[in-house]
Formats: sequence, structure tokens, C-alpha cells
Amino acid sequence: MGTTVKLELKNLYDDFRDPATIKALSALIHEEAAKLDRDIRIMEVCGGHTHTIMKYGLKQLMPQKIRFIHGPGCPVCIMPKERIDHAYILAMQEDVILVTLGDMIKVPGSHGSLQDARSRGADVRFVYSPLDTIKIARENPDNRVVFFAIGFETTTPMTAAMIARAEKLELKNLLVHVNHVTVPEVMRELIDSRDEHIDSYNNRIDAFIGPSHVSVIAGAKIYEEFPQKYGRPVVVSGFEPVDVMEGVLMLVRQFVQNRCELEIQYRRSVTMDGNVAAQKQIGRYFEKRPLFKWRGLGNIPDSALKLRDEYAHIDAEVIYGDILPIEEIEDHKLCICGDILRGMAEPTECQVFGTACTPQKPLGSCMVSSEGACAAYYKYGDLLK
Amino acid sequence: MTKTITLAHGNGGAENQALIHEIFWKHLGNEILDRGEDAALLPTLTNPAMTTDSFTVSPLIFPGGDIGKLSICGTCNDLAMMGAKPKYLSLSVIVEEGFEARKLERIVRSMKKELSTNDAQIVSGDTKVVPKGTVDGLFINTTGIGEVQAPGIGVHNIQEGDAIIVSRDIGRHGATIFVSREGLEMQSSLQSDCASLWPQVASLLDTGIRPHALRDATRGGLAAVLNEWAAANELCIEVEEGAIPVSEEVRGICEMLGFEPTALANEGAFVMALDPKDVPMALEILEAFPGCESAALIGTVTQSHPGRVVLQSEWGTRRFLELPTGELLPRIC
Repeated sequence: MGTTVKLELKNLYDDFRDPATIKALSALIHEEAAKLDRDIRIMEVCGGHTHTIMKYGLKQLMPQKIRFIHGPGCPVCIMPKERIDHAYILAMQEDVILVTLGDMIKVPGSHGSLQDARSRGADVRFVYSPLDTIKIARENPDNRVVFFAIGFETTTPMTAAMIARAEKLELKNLLVHVNHVTVPEVMRELIDSRDEHIDSYNNRIDAFIGPSHVSVIAGAKIYEEFPQKYGRPVVVSGFEPVDVMEGVLMLVRQFVQNRCELEIQYRRSVTMDGNVAAQKQIGRYFEKRPLFKWRGLGNIPDSALKLRDEYAHIDAEVIYGDILPIEEIEDHKLCICGDILRGMAEPTECQVFGTACTPQKPLGSCMVSSEGACAAYYKYGDLLK
Repeated sequence: MTKTITLAHGNGGAENQALIHEIFWKHLGNEILDRGEDAALLPTLTNPAMTTDSFTVSPLIFPGGDIGKLSICGTCNDLAMMGAKPKYLSLSVIVEEGFEARKLERIVRSMKKELSTNDAQIVSGDTKVVPKGTVDGLFINTTGIGEVQAPGIGVHNIQEGDAIIVSRDIGRHGATIFVSREGLEMQSSLQSDCASLWPQVASLLDTGIRPHALRDATRGGLAAVLNEWAAANELCIEVEEGAIPVSEEVRGICEMLGFEPTALANEGAFVMALDPKDVPMALEILEAFPGCESAALIGTVTQSHPGRVVLQSEWGTRRFLELPTGELLPRIC
């Protein structure tokens, strides 16, 4: 008879926050970094990593030579105002119940946030899983339920699963407004294209920590081009402090050993190919959107998804096409989010940081959610600086 | 009594009398209330303290308590936090038409139980019944008068060098309510910490401990209390993150939903600033109360970042603990 081991929730995080392990990894990073002859700027692409780095103070454990550049991987932060206006307008329709995920509801658009819409009488709900939207649609057959879908490759399969389920149940009152975005295109954009807003080709990104939950779905292979074509090593890392520290150590070792590779730190969930079944389901409902505007970065080709034409009957953008504006709304002139995302500036260098721009009243994308660089700096401070 | 409360029960006539007598007076009656006068006549108090609070909670009955218990604890605890023994309370109830009479009685009975824990009385009351849909079941307001037993407890008495103690593990009430809200299909054995705090405060005062400040960490949680204290005194509160007691259940829920335990509401946990020499005795007293076994010293008051709360991690990094803002919403990533 074998012993039964009961897996508890804490087993999923306790060891990955072990103080002794974190300290040991910090010592190893210092030791390796001493061999470097230059500074290394590492972009953690995903907002989840930014959150971990700031919340656990990992920046303070890094040697001088290692700097973090906080990337654009927060789906709430990068949502342009015009899309938030869509959500607001849809929510304000008499018969619409607007459903979305978590902190999307506090992001301000031109008319206010979804929270404001709710206080003005709109029926806005947030769910933990897109599949919960099915229940709302079934319980409210006389309403149109619009799911405002946001997120990277990680959340797209859940939206696809929701659509599959709705089709199977022949639900007639469930529509989708798709704002799913993809990671590799924005990484490419940060490295090699020009930002028309600040007229700059520059970036200071030497290496990437790759978003791991994205790779659970899409596979680590989506980052292959960065070491191969752009000379930027990538380590796909988990989100706990030990994961991020180990990811940094692996990157530093690549520089010390003159390697430039794609490596996986988050081996407990990530493979090269990812979740092929999920990828297939995404492909069934979605296709690339030719152009999508990212708040702070501008239009990026092929960086988002839309519903395929055969699903136009559930596409809120099509059905409400005549009331949803398509004009672009410029980012705030004083906002330097574009520079921050390229590693050209620190949040604290922005003249409106913490004054005109705060998490309660964000002007720019990086201040919007706690995963944005500015909001994380504002919230957690930078005490050893 | 009919099965449900109707608008007629708020008419001031016979049905109204029936509601008051058969549900409220039956359980809450006492010498002062029973006189049925327009206002309660109270004996003279030395050093009286007064507070008021309104209560709305969804669901009305939750694991570990209900709105009745909450409406007594909440007001009595605000008195206790000023070192005042709760004595007299008013009770004002707004009931939605169609509310089940038995459910209302259950809520009133838990008020009674909580009043006896505080050795306090309801001395004045009011009941209104409003049309269906105008309130969410039941709203309650209580106002309390207490008698200060130890003067000099207050936010502005916090000094540099003070120790900061939390009376038990944090975040239970907020996490419990979040889990029991409709739409969140999660099973949990978690219970709210909803409890009266006067017995603990009385024990502390009885042994001669004179806390500089006490505050129950209700809405906004521990983070709000510490930030308010730091801001009010232009002092820094430095907290050892690893010393903050959090149960496994609360930690798990926070992990899943992306919350911070320090931002979650409590209804039976308080924070205390006191002379560091009193810490061992205070902890010994608190630990003897059921639920408070995890009472802990979590930090000290310093000058390092005036007006701010600093969290020190177990691996030597530091960050600010911010005042929670806005609605509690789960993070997406």
C-alpha cells in the first residue's frame, strides 16, 4: 500500500516563495552577474511578472547590472479607450447585460468606466470564467448578453470554449465582443518598429522573460524568432518569485556563456508545442485582425484576433456596428507609456506620474491596472532606490 | 404573526404592534424598552461614548454570523475600541415587503445573543416596512452608548516605538462574504470572524494594559487601519509581512482571486498600538480567547517613511502597503 499524499492549495505556492531559496538565487545572480562586462536590461513581457517583481520586491535583490523593463503584457492596460467606449455603449443599451473579467470594469473610457455605467443603471457583471456567461444568458432569455472578451493567448481558449458551448446549446442571446491580443507581435513591434507617437526606433531590451501561461496554451515555440532572428534570449518563466529569480539567473548565464537561446524555466506546465487542442479550438472561431491599436503603443499589425465571418451572427461589433464608433482616440500627450514599454524611461521620470496620473485617474496605459509598470511603482513604491 | 412581513406591518396600527411585540420585544425586551415611551430614559453615565453604524450585507445570513449579529457587534466593537463598555443601543430596522417573519426572528435572536455577550441592552427601536425592491431584504442601523473605562485610547496617542499587535488571523469576514455571494461557485469551510470584542478589551484593561490605540479592522482591512494610523500621526508603521497571521483558507481564496488578505474586511479582529513592554502580556491574554490563538506582534512605529506603511518581506525586500481603493476586483492575469 502506498501512502496517500493530499495536495493542498498551499503546495502550489509555498515552496515557490521560500525565503531561503529566494535569497540563494539572489546570491547566484550576483555571482554570475559579476562576470558580465555590461548592464543587461531584461523585459518581463507579462503584467503578471511585473506584479510579482514589484510585490515581492525582487528588483531590490538584483545586482546593479541587471535592470527590468516592464512590458506590455497586461490585457487591461493596453485596451485603447475606443474599445472601452464600445463596452460602455453596449452596457448602456436597454436590453444588454455586459459581462467581462475582473478589473476591466474599472478602466476609464471617454464616458467613464463600466463601474460608472453600472452606477448609471447599466447591468454590468464580472465573471471568473467566461463559461459563467452561459449561465447568465440562460437565466436572462429576454436580454442580450454581451461577453466583452479580453486577454492574451491564455484566456482566448476559454472564450472559444464558451462560444462552442453556446453554439451547442443553441443560445440565441449570447454575443461576443472580441479584444483578444497576442504576444509575439507586440514583442516584435517593441524591438524593430517605429512608434509614430514619439518618433523613435529605439529600445533597450537585451532579453525577455517570456509569459508562461501564454505558453501553456501557445507553446514556447512562439518565441523562437527572438533568439534566432533578433539576438534576444528568452526564458519562459513561471509567476512565483522563485520562478522569476530562476528565470533571471538562466538569462544571466546565457550572457555569461555567450549563448542566445530559448529556454523554459516553467517546465511544470510549459512545452514547446503547447496545448494543441486549445489552439485548434481558437482557430475554429477566431482569425487574425489585420490591425489592432494598443494603448501606449499604437497600431500593431496582426496583433489581435477577431471572430471569423461565419460567426458574424454572434459578433457584437457587427451586430451593433452602427452605434459603435471607429474613430481612434489619441493617447494623452504627456503620457510616456510608449517610452516606458521600450525601456527608454522609468515610470518615475514621467512628469504626470503620481500627480495628474494615478491608479484612481489613470492617463496612460501603464497606470491602469496593478500589472502596469506605473501602477506597480505607484502602489509598491521603490524603497531601496 | 403572518408568514411574511407585509406593508401593513409598518402601518403604525395593529399589525405593526404585532410585529414589534412578537418579534422584537419578545427577544429584546428589558425594563427600559418595555416602558414603550417615545424616548428611552437613561441613567447618568460618567464618560459616555457614542457611535452609530448602518448594516447591509449580502447574503443576510452567512457562515459564522448574520446581519443581526453584525449589527450588534459592529456598534459594540466601535465602543470597545475606545475603551468603552457597551451599555445602551438603539435599533432601527428597514424591512422589505415579503421578508420571511421566521428569518427576521432568527436575526433578532442572534442580536439577543450578541447583546448578552456585551451585557448591553436595546433601549429604543423603530421598524419600517418598505415596498418590495426598495431595499435588499433588510437594512439595520444601531446607535450605541458606552461608558469609557480607560481614558486616553485614541489614534493620536500612537507614538514612535509603539508595538503593533493584531488580535487574530485576518481577512475571514471579507473572504467568507465573497465566497458566499451568488455567482461564485466555490465550496469552503471558511467562517466569518464576526464577534464582539469587548470581552477581549475588558481583559486587557483589567490587567492594567493601557493600549495607545485600538481599531477593529472592518472595511478596508488591516491595510486601511495601518494607513490611517500612519497618516494621522505622520509616522511610519513598519510591518513584518511574514508575521501577519492569515489562515490557509483565506490565503487560498486570495491566491485564486488575486486579493490581498490585508485588504479584506474583518468583523472580529482588531489592531492595537501599545508600549512594547506590554506585548508579552497582551498576547498571552488574547491567545486565551477562542479564535485569537494566532494573535501576533506584527510591527513597530518608526520615523522611516512618515505617513506610510512599509512591509518587510522574509527575504529582506521592502515595499509600501497601500490603502485599498475602489471595489475589490479580481486581477485577470
